[in-house]
Amino acid sequence: MNLENRKRELAKEFSPLLEKTTIASKVWMGFLIAVILVGIYAFFIQLIKGHIVTGMRDNVVWGIYIINFIFFVCLSYSGAFISGILHFIHTPWKNSVSRIVEIITVLSLIIGPIFILLCIGRLDRLHYLFMYPRIQSPITWDIIAIMTDLVGCFIYLFLTFIPDFAILRDHSEKAAKWRQKVYKFLAIGYQDTPTQRKKLHKITSTMSAMVIALAIVAYSVLAWIFSLTVQPGWDSSIFGPYFIIAGLYSGVAVIIISMYLIRKYYNLESYIRTVHFKGAGIILLVISLLYGYFTFSEYFTRWFSHKVMDTELLETLFTRYFWMFIFANYIGVLVPIVILFFKKIRTIKSITFAAVIAIVGLWFNRYLIVVPTLETPYLPIQDTREEFIHYTATWVEWSLSLTGVAAFILLFILIMKLVPIIPMSGIIDHEREQEKSKKSIK
Amino acid sequence: MENKKTDKGGSNRRNFLKLGFMSSVSAVAGASIFSSFALPEEEAVESGEKIRLLTPDGKIVEVDATKVNKYPEALVTPEESRIGIPNRKFVMVIDLARCKNARKCVEGCQKGHDLDYNEEFIKVQLLKDNPEGAPYWLPKPCFHCDEPPCVTVCPTGATFKRDDGIVLVDNERCIGCKFCMTSCPYSARIFNWGHKEKFDDESIPYSPETSIPAAEGTVSKCDFCPDLLRQGKLPYCAQSCPMGVIYFGDKNEDIVTNGTDTVSFSKLIKDRGGYRHLEHLGTKPNVYYLPAVNRQFPLERGFDIDPDILNRYKDVPYVQDFIKQGKI
Repeated sequence: MNLENRKRELAKEFSPLLEKTTIASKVWMGFLIAVILVGIYAFFIQLIKGHIVTGMRDNVVWGIYIINFIFFVCLSYSGAFISGILHFIHTPWKNSVSRIVEIITVLSLIIGPIFILLCIGRLDRLHYLFMYPRIQSPITWDIIAIMTDLVGCFIYLFLTFIPDFAILRDHSEKAAKWRQKVYKFLAIGYQDTPTQRKKLHKITSTMSAMVIALAIVAYSVLAWIFSLTVQPGWDSSIFGPYFIIAGLYSGVAVIIISMYLIRKYYNLESYIRTVHFKGAGIILLVISLLYGYFTFSEYFTRWFSHKVMDTELLETLFTRYFWMFIFANYIGVLVPIVILFFKKIRTIKSITFAAVIAIVGLWFNRYLIVVPTLETPYLPIQDTREEFIHYTATWVEWSLSLTGVAAFILLFILIMKLVPIIPMSGIIDHEREQEKSKKSIK
Repeated sequence: MENKKTDKGGSNRRNFLKLGFMSSVSAVAGASIFSSFALPEEEAVESGEKIRLLTPDGKIVEVDATKVNKYPEALVTPEESRIGIPNRKFVMVIDLARCKNARKCVEGCQKGHDLDYNEEFIKVQLLKDNPEGAPYWLPKPCFHCDEPPCVTVCPTGATFKRDDGIVLVDNERCIGCKFCMTSCPYSARIFNWGHKEKFDDESIPYSPETSIPAAEGTVSKCDFCPDLLRQGKLPYCAQSCPMGVIYFGDKNEDIVTNGTDTVSFSKLIKDRGGYRHLEHLGTKPNVYYLPAVNRQFPLERGFDIDPDILNRYKDVPYVQDFIKQGKI
């Protein structure tokens, strides 16, 4: 009975989050929708006029679409990785972040692959990938990895949502009819009986282990899209682990930023506390050290062995891309390290600032992996057309990139309207365990 | 006799021709040194008109005119183009000592493949191997590698390697992912970024062997002109070169020709120090280069071109020196 009351209490506590929409958030959502609409317009322009409207040409055939693709997909993999690990750690504070991580995982895994579609010249022939598949191609591996991961993550996310759907189904008498119906459908008859609870826990554990394994495979396959070629700058054996670390770097950074925004705009200070930021900050510190180490190894070995093409690539990086290189690989690594290293300056705001620097830096790091390499092929580019020599993204590409970010935020807000961002079942589980341990002490 | 085997199931017109090399006698006019004829399954009514041809084993045979294959009308469909020309292993040798950047190969190729001004299957690059070395012109087609990175990475099999060594693109299969372009270390491929009127030309059905018509959002590249090879002709670039820079032939028969000289491939490579560009990448190209030694033309002769083309090389340091010295 006590449990039922507590459930009711929680459902009531979180119901404003689900049902009330302030004017400010309506305006914000309107803005996001506007950005997305512009993106849709840009997409149709690209569809009708062809890829000529992008900045991509014969040498730089992959532009910011592929950068966004690896960025979002890596983000997703790292989300899966982190959430899988969180599942196995027993700490009281994990509950407040686990759902944020799960949502990030699934959303970025939906948005990431859309960017690779934008990069494909003949969308009307997409089904050829399944009609004439060639297993030798790393792209085929990637498709298999992403699809498996997408299915796995969806199942995993849904499993973690079930207990909350059940609570909402039983305790939202006042909510709109459609909401009640949706909850009833999504709860798939879960009654929170001990057997059901045990079963669900077992399945979730299995899934989270699988999701970790999947993420590692998928990361490596993604890195191999580049490192299996013979191009200078890509042909690197550390790309697999490098992508894993870089993905985790962006993953933790996005989690920190999401925590900050959710805490601020949804008044969840009692759930998302300083301890979360400090914990995430220390994880980010460890990862940034690793990421810095990988970045250093990657460029240092190229510089030291100075093969002709590597030298040429480094020269491009240190001339045309000088500031971007400094920002991505110095500021983007060192500033977070410095901020997170000193205990005294580790505050919620400074940790969030470090996360923002990390994520922007990482995006440019990806840019520097993709574009300069394509601009320095083995045979020099001898052309008179500027757009064939250097890549500059056009408004269409930027607009579609922003659409990806806007869609990410908008979908995040919408999911938060469906289920509380703090898992209610997790709170109850935690309280139940506490009571148990109290009893055992007695 | 092997040709008979390939006959089964094939259409009459395409019952494979025999590409016999005419090494000593030149019965066929012009640059054409291959002889070709079909072996029809059923005997057609003979016209009485006889044509003399040379078989690969060096015998001169007389065949009826009706038996001679009617290429180019014979279209090779995308499916058929995946099988190479039997018993051939095509190879190209480019003699850098003779190239003066006349760009006739580029123009001939563009004409033959219906390409626009800036679309080039074969490019002429200005290279210099080391600081002390002399700059030279490098005509660069697709190398039709034996270990083609482009073919390995293609997710749909739109680009493929045939038994005769040719790497082709089927633009009806290509989804435009451009992975092949990023994996080709020689930048041999071009992409059709936007729509062009010529893509709509339906008067000639598409064949990967002709690469015409190209299609928007797909990749194209040098195809070694298998349609011409089937007719017993040299590829457009080799035909068009006034200096005889480009030799083309069959490695199996160990013969290459530039239309005037016909020489032994292996001897040519051994005597003249033939090499393959960026050998260390392990792609095993089928295009060989003869080094630019004892050149027939000074490099500057190559600057006598359209100012727009000249502009391509403006950032190359020695071009600036040439401009300063008033050699251009």
